[in-house]
Amino acid sequence: MTKVITDVICPFCGTLCDDIEVTVSDDGKKLLEVANACVIGTEKFLHSQSSDRVMKPRLRQDDGSWKEISYEDAADYTAKLLAKAKKPLMYGWSSTNCEAQSVGNEIAEIAKACCDNTAAVCHGTTLIAVQDIGLPTCTLGEVKNRADRVIFWGCNPAHAHPRHMSRYSIFPRGFFTGKGQMSRKLVVVDPRCTDTAKMADMHLQVEQGRDYELLNALRIALKGEWLPDVVAGIPSEKIREAADTLKSGRFGIIFFGMGVTQSLSKNHNIDEAIALTKDLNEYTKYSIMPMRGHYNVTGSGEVFAWQFGFPYSVDLTRGFARYNPGDTSSIDLLARGEVDAMFTIGSDPGAHFPISAVKAIANVDSVCIDPHLTPTSGVSKLHVPVAFNGVECGGNCYRMDNVPIDCRKVVEPPQGMITDEAFLIMVRDRLKKLKGVA
Amino acid sequence: MSEYIIKNGHVFDPVQGIKGDKKDICIKDGKIVDKVGSSAKVIDAKDKTVMAGAVEIHAHVAGPKVNLGRIYRPEDKLFSCTPTKGMERMGGGASIPTTFKTGYEYAKMGFGVAMEAAMPPLFSRHVHEEIRDTPIIDEGAFPVFGNNWFVLEYLKNQEIENTAAYCAWLLNVTKGYAIKVVNPGGTEAWGWGLNCLTVNDPVPYFDITPAEIVRGLMEANEYLGLPHSMHIHPNNLGNPGCYQTTLDTMKLAEGIKAKNKFGREQVMHLTHSQFHAYKGTNWGDFESGAKEITDYVNKNKNITIDTGNVTLDETTTMTADGPFEHHLTGLNHLKWANCDVELETAAGVVPYIYSPSISVCAIQWAIGLEIALMMKDPMRCYITTDHPNAGPFTRYPRVYKWLMSEKARKQQIESFKHKDKVLSQTALGTLDREISLYELAQMTRAGPAKSLGLAAMCGGLKPGMDADVAIYNINPDKPIANPDDIEKAFSRCAAFFKSGVQVVSNGEIVSNGNKRTLWVSVKAKENPQVARDINEKFVKYYSMTQANYEALGHHFVPNPYAIEVDATN
Repeated sequence: MTKVITDVICPFCGTLCDDIEVTVSDDGKKLLEVANACVIGTEKFLHSQSSDRVMKPRLRQDDGSWKEISYEDAADYTAKLLAKAKKPLMYGWSSTNCEAQSVGNEIAEIAKACCDNTAAVCHGTTLIAVQDIGLPTCTLGEVKNRADRVIFWGCNPAHAHPRHMSRYSIFPRGFFTGKGQMSRKLVVVDPRCTDTAKMADMHLQVEQGRDYELLNALRIALKGEWLPDVVAGIPSEKIREAADTLKSGRFGIIFFGMGVTQSLSKNHNIDEAIALTKDLNEYTKYSIMPMRGHYNVTGSGEVFAWQFGFPYSVDLTRGFARYNPGDTSSIDLLARGEVDAMFTIGSDPGAHFPISAVKAIANVDSVCIDPHLTPTSGVSKLHVPVAFNGVECGGNCYRMDNVPIDCRKVVEPPQGMITDEAFLIMVRDRLKKLKGVA
Repeated sequence: MSEYIIKNGHVFDPVQGIKGDKKDICIKDGKIVDKVGSSAKVIDAKDKTVMAGAVEIHAHVAGPKVNLGRIYRPEDKLFSCTPTKGMERMGGGASIPTTFKTGYEYAKMGFGVAMEAAMPPLFSRHVHEEIRDTPIIDEGAFPVFGNNWFVLEYLKNQEIENTAAYCAWLLNVTKGYAIKVVNPGGTEAWGWGLNCLTVNDPVPYFDITPAEIVRGLMEANEYLGLPHSMHIHPNNLGNPGCYQTTLDTMKLAEGIKAKNKFGREQVMHLTHSQFHAYKGTNWGDFESGAKEITDYVNKNKNITIDTGNVTLDETTTMTADGPFEHHLTGLNHLKWANCDVELETAAGVVPYIYSPSISVCAIQWAIGLEIALMMKDPMRCYITTDHPNAGPFTRYPRVYKWLMSEKARKQQIESFKHKDKVLSQTALGTLDREISLYELAQMTRAGPAKSLGLAAMCGGLKPGMDADVAIYNINPDKPIANPDDIEKAFSRCAAFFKSGVQVVSNGEIVSNGNKRTLWVSVKAKENPQVARDINEKFVKYYSMTQANYEALGHHFVPNPYAIEVDATN
């Protein structure tokens, strides 16, 4: 006999779908089938069952080979590494739960570390813009129930957040949107003709890196002022038409992604997008929302904020929290060679940081806590595999609209394997002893 | 648990009517007791003031909008960071301190209980995570109901029983404490960029008026017999002339009687009344309506209020009154954050600088003090700053100074750029009342505890009550030479005991205590219709499933203290 577990939360992307159904074996040890999830989410659940999983912590030897060690030894190594370091960097946090993040912050405080999450290479620029100008936003259910204008700017949910459109933004029939997609106009702004763009009522094929100009032109068009014939590769008539479409809605939402946050102009793009949203609120109701990537990158920002006061790139080396992206952000710290110990959890900087920064990771003592084999585990001195959060253990996570959802445990982790939180508690207790903290 | 005896202090306890007499206070097993054994630790409080732990009835200290404030205001941390020190985790933030700093700052001023004033139900798990990380003080949170679709639909048909059943369900699943109402109907209208500015403006689509919502929720509250009354932030906050809307709102309580087993007498708590007591037609002829508001409250015993004192600081405003924050950003052009929450509410955040050089800010400052000084019964008027809206809670000692010393008020008025306008638009210059220490204990301890239905537990020093005891360096036998001494004494207590554990000594944290989350567990009659409606709304309109909505105990509420209410009869 098998069991079906319902209302399971998918630990993949910021959409944080919570309607997954998972079939497990009677003894609760094997995960057999996944229903309702997208193809990426399904793979994330099933990957926990793969036979090539690393089961024990492994320490890199002088000859380059790995030696399996116990969790106790791994925790000793990690605590010593953090105790010895002058400026350790504790990076990641986006693919683990808030409980683990909380213990991690305690460790960081004792070790006087720099703490950062994946916003550093993703929506960190969004956070800077929000600190400049604010953020009119809403929860995803508001979009489902009210939105009749939906704008995807520099993002491609058809591939990156596959169920976003069916659960919240385009297809669902909400309270005031009974006709589903028929009640919504979809505008996509993207230099590429993506699968999302193909579905759009209007696709503005902006010239690469000219988002700021186009956003600015839309603000001008709203006010009916003069525009050049072509802005950012789009004819002015089309811009005016787009502005009219936006303005004529009753409730609009702008979703944006890495296409605007990490292209030329970075945070200035988002400044302008938020200013456009504010302007639209003079005529009707508009919100704007970042399409956050990792399933709990938002949660990491929240936990950092209520414990330290800042959402990412926090530097605790002086004994109190400082925040100065560009100075205290991970890539800059690594590129300047300031980091003397690297601690990575729940993310993969090896695959996403510039090579100069990855080299800096390879040059120092390092630990990578991750259930998967990744480029980061490859360059780290110690790799600690842990239970899959959201599959083999529960814990709180925050959706892209900041709504917290408590993940569920659906199967037992493999024999002897512990969670992020349990491992971090071992490290914390050892570090306290080493540092003589009560 | 250790035993303590606090000797020789001047005790102020409205619960027992003690007005500064020298009396020993004994603590055993977390409670106040009549006597303790000879091994009890002696605390000498000679020439000091002893009061129960203070009770905060309304502050925004945990949850999504507070954290949004922290995230989007790095500048709030400038010059306000505190390093790791002994027991204390590091902290930061002036108007929106981090959770650890929030707990420590309250404790250092002698506060034992604080209520988070607006919890969006969908975000209850977030609120509870922050409450868990706020050390020492006991906290509860008020879920917001005034714009909730269930409530709007039931009350449109005057279905009080169904409304009550829904309220009971929501309090249980969100681990909430009371029925909070913010801009009833107006915040739902904000979903379309609109607002309700009077109690008779219809809510778009739902076809109900704020008056019907307010009256219905008061009746539902008494139907259930909850410990606290309906707690309201009325429509039309912060606009010149809004006192009329406030009076209209308060009149809705006429004829409704409190029904509960907690000793609560009011059916409506009007919060941050300063923001709702404005006369005039624009910012030029802006004037105080404190007299009209307090005259009404003085006469009607079924209403309690808190002040919402402006402290003349740079701060961060945050409220579930979404349309108001949009209006405010239009006034001051500072950064605007907003978050609409599906089916339930909305919230907005805007920084604000209450400058002593701006006449409106100085008049607001005066109105808050006028309200406290014009209220005849200190058991029905509580001191708040609506933290952080009118000022950070860390400024309470300064507010006490202004209330306790006419000299301090005069000094402040003298320093205003527009002092003549402050004197002509308010009556503050004519008020010579000075709040006594006994009245202060009523306004910050016994009063709010009674209003919250916690009179048996906190707010007093009667044997059997929780041993929350604060000792202040202030000698009531001696006249106060300098009003600043009042502020200094209340900023850092000499000692503070929370549930019988000494948590503060000489103004420093010495223990992280044993923090609890207060919530109201309502046993209500089974109501199949409401159960079906809840199920339907989750299937059709919420963006998450009903099974994932509840704030479960395991880590959200690790140390709960449930107040049981039986509403099955």
